[in-house]
Formats: sequence, structure tokens, C-alpha cells
Amino acid sequence: MHRKTILQAKEDLLQKKYSAVELTKAIYQRIESVEPKVQAYVHLTQDIALNQAQEADQKLAAGQDAPLLGIPIALKDLICMQDTRTTCSSKMLDQFIAPYDATVVSRLKKAGAVILGKTNMDEFAMGSSTENSWHHPTMNPWDLSRVPGGSSGGSAAAVAAQECLAALGSDTGGSIRQPANFCGVTGLKPTYGRVSRFGLVAFASSLDQIGPMTKTVADSALLMNVIAGNDPQDSTSADVELPNFINSLERNLSGLKMGIPKEYFTSGIDPEVEASVQEAIKTLESLGMKKVEISLPHLQYSVATYYIIACAEASANLSRYDGVRYGYRSKNSDNLLEMYMNTRQEGFGEEVKRRIMLGTFVLSSGYYDAYYLKGQKVRTLIKQDFENAFEQCDVIIAPNSPITAFKLGERVNDPIKMYLSDIYTISANLAGIPGISIPCGISKTNEMPIGIQLMSKHFDEESLIAVGHQFQLNTEHHLKQPPL
Amino acid sequence: MSDKIDIQKIAKLARLKLTEIESDKLDGYLQQVVDYIDQLNQLDTSNVQPTSHVLPVHNVFRDDKGSKSKNVDYLTGAPSNNKGHYEVPKII
Repeated sequence: MHRKTILQAKEDLLQKKYSAVELTKAIYQRIESVEPKVQAYVHLTQDIALNQAQEADQKLAAGQDAPLLGIPIALKDLICMQDTRTTCSSKMLDQFIAPYDATVVSRLKKAGAVILGKTNMDEFAMGSSTENSWHHPTMNPWDLSRVPGGSSGGSAAAVAAQECLAALGSDTGGSIRQPANFCGVTGLKPTYGRVSRFGLVAFASSLDQIGPMTKTVADSALLMNVIAGNDPQDSTSADVELPNFINSLERNLSGLKMGIPKEYFTSGIDPEVEASVQEAIKTLESLGMKKVEISLPHLQYSVATYYIIACAEASANLSRYDGVRYGYRSKNSDNLLEMYMNTRQEGFGEEVKRRIMLGTFVLSSGYYDAYYLKGQKVRTLIKQDFENAFEQCDVIIAPNSPITAFKLGERVNDPIKMYLSDIYTISANLAGIPGISIPCGISKTNEMPIGIQLMSKHFDEESLIAVGHQFQLNTEHHLKQPPL
Repeated sequence: MSDKIDIQKIAKLARLKLTEIESDKLDGYLQQVVDYIDQLNQLDTSNVQPTSHVLPVHNVFRDDKGSKSKNVDYLTGAPSNNKGHYEVPKII
């Protein structure tokens, strides 16, 4: 049962092949058997899940339906669910109990979903390997000596290891797409503003976006139907027309133009990754898509721009962790200032401190124009690159990560090398456009999954879903499962 | 561009106490990252407008009508509270 996609399980539940309670219990059994190796979760919400499953069974028996009725889903541990812990994998929030539901959680609940638990991540979503978690690292289900990617590494590993039918992650610079790539699952970062951020613990507010991590593109479309849409509680959530994403699954790709950005295929990319992406492009051509060469000339500046903007915003957002209103407080302080300083020293991990320091520096008097303002201007150039590109094509096709999953410990002491592993995903966040990572092969050298990335215009997730789904109908890469 | 960064000043602005080891490590890190981000100076941006938000933003208004607030006791999450207030160590 744990190997089902959402769509398959929905069908089975409607046909009463098994109940929602049986499905939920089967997933928890799977969790029990593989979790000692993978460690994808930080805490499970078994009592809540079984209650939700029972309710789903009652509704199913009464002939009711809802988009996710009885479907077991995991949440990245920076998405608030009322009365449960939301730790952001940080000592700072280890005992924090969320006082309300994030909008995505209330939408999942309304759609009948069963919430299994919270998944591991890099502390405050800062990292690309999930090694920055205060709790423990998560292992890649394909090779336990390798990282699952990050920061939504727990969600990606849980989907790949069949420890949930799907999960939600969040993506600030690639944190859904890169771990999806490393773990061989599908990960969609929606357009900035498409999904409400209310109840998502903030990292960088102009970049953060919640999205689905699933076994198939079709499942992502289904989850998007539930979580997307304007929310009065998030003033940056966009008040735009909401399509039925499921309708895009049937779209014919004939004549659709795919732009291939030449800058994504230069030095630094693993030749096996490049070959696999080129093979996927050929498949898309055979499905009727037309290939156009495009240029995104400011790609090489995206990592530098991102670290200025993301860290500046993070240093402001994380100033709230002062030991007063919630979270950890240092015990040994004689006065208020000392309490702030000690609390933040003891409560934050190394990478979080690095980014707070960098963000504070680029915003500090004397450096603001040289760094922060400069970064915002280069962000404009990166955004314009995409606007120009989308005059020539409908969808951009590119590698998602220049490499496959690396070994635990391999990059954690070299921050810049770690940052550069996100070079292909970061610019979509800077431009606010949607992107999806889809499995497109397995490396012959290390047997790790390879991913292809599709990007489209603001609010055109439908094209990503259409192309991704047709690709999955015609290939079998997404069906391969780790040897656990 | 990269003068010596005053780590202690930045740490104080960030309200972070640092051990000597942390301070040394962060000093090396910041110098390295700042050297890396200095590559943006290769670009002439004198006629480029900055982007702070990727989509057009505008104020979101609602009718001036009362509604029920969430029934949440935010104080229970505080490390220390007293008589309906957050409690902190002495200020002066």
C-alpha cells in the first residue's frame, strides 16, 4: 500500500480495496521499518493521523468525497500545525508548539488529508544537504552514505522511501527541487505568491514558497489544486485566477517551444547529468516540442545575488528569536541584552549564525549600497533575462543540479562549494517564476538519481505540469525506487 | 571593496554573542563570501532599478468591520510569563 501514488490510493479508497485507517497504519509500519536507516522525520503525529483517517473512513462510508480524503501526507517541519511541535530543526524552536494551522495545513485538513508527521530539514531551511539539522542528519534512501539534498531533505527522503504518499516542502533557493532531484522524486516550486505563506516560518520573505513533493507530476497537480490560491492572511499571496491544475495533464505538447539556456551546459556540470538532460530533451522533441536556444546571461551572478538578498532578509526575519515570546531562552543572563545575546548564541547553529552575520553585514551602514542595493539591482537583471527568454519560448528546460547527491560530510565545511550546488535553481526564486524537478535518469557511476528542471512564466505552473506529465507518461524514470 | 570586516560590531548589531573560536571562523567565512559576492561589481548597474519584490505589490484593504480573532493564548509559548505579560530579566 505504501508504494501507491495519491491518485492510485484515492481510487483504491473509493473502491474500498482498503480503508484510510489501514492505509495510514501501513505507512506507519513502513516508517517503522525504514526510518532507522533514513531518519526522514523529526516527529510523528500518529494520534492525529489515525483520528483523521477514521474521519475519512466515515466520510467515505457516507459516500462523501474530497480531493485528498484519507491520503497520508508529511509536512516539512517549518509549516505550523496547531498544537504540534514546529521546530525548524533548530534548538531555538525545539519546544515550540504551533498555536495555529498554516493556511496550507487548514486546506489539507479541509481536503481530507491525513497528516503523518513533520520532516527533517536544514535548520531554518538554510542548507542544501539537511546536515544542518539540530536533530540529526537524514540519509538518502538510494545510498545511505549520501545526503538527500536540502533544505527539504526529510520530505524528499520520506517520499522516495515510501514513508508517505506525498509531502510539502518549501523552496527559497532550490530547497524543494534540489532534494527532489537527489532523491529521485518530483518537486514543484510554485510561482512566488501562488501559495499562502501564512504559518510558514519565514527564512527570506521575498523568495520563500511552499510546494508539493510527490511521486508523480499528476500528484503534484492534485496537491496544487488544494494548496494554491489567494489568502487574506498573507498579503503577498497573489489574487489571480486559479486554474484547475488537473486539466493541464491532458494537454498536447505539439508546437510548444522549449528554451535551452546555453549557460546551464558549461563547465561545472557532471557529464552524466548533462547527457541525461540532453536525452530528456530528445524525448520532449519526440513529443512534438520545438527546441530553441536561449541565453540567461546573468546566471553566473545568481548565487552571489541570492546570498546577499536571502541573508539580508533572514537576518531581519530571525531577529524575532530573542528568548522573549517563544522558543529557547538562555538561563544564565543578568540583564535583557545579555539574555538576547546568550539566547541567540546557544539557540542557533553554525550555518544560521553565518547567514545572520552576512545578512547583518550587507545591511549595515556603509555597506548597504555596495552590497544589498547592488544585489537588488542584479536581481532585476536576472529577472529581465527570464522575461526576454519567455518571449522566445514557453518552457525553459535545464539541469536541476550540476551534480548528483554527494556524500555526507563532503561539503558541509566548505560553505561556498555548498552554495554553488544550488546554482541552477536559485535564479527561479530571484525571478519569482515556477520550477519543477523531475527524475530523468540514474547515474551509471554512483547509481544516484538525476533530475531535469522545467521553468515557466509567472503563474504558468500549468505548462510545467503538462510537459512534466507527458514526459512521465512516456518514460519510466519516476517509477524507479531506491533499494531499501 | 573588501576592507577588514569588523566582526564584533556586526555580531553586536545581530545580537549574537560569539566565542573567540566562533569569531575567528566567522571572520574567515565573511571575508571569503564577501570576496565571492564582489564579482557583482563586474556589472554596471548605474541605470538599473532595484527589485525588492518580483510581482507588483499593492496594499490589501478590507472593509472596516470587526471580526472574531483567533482564540489563541500566545503567552503559553513564552519561556517566562507573569500575570498576563511576557517576563524578561531586568532591563536597567
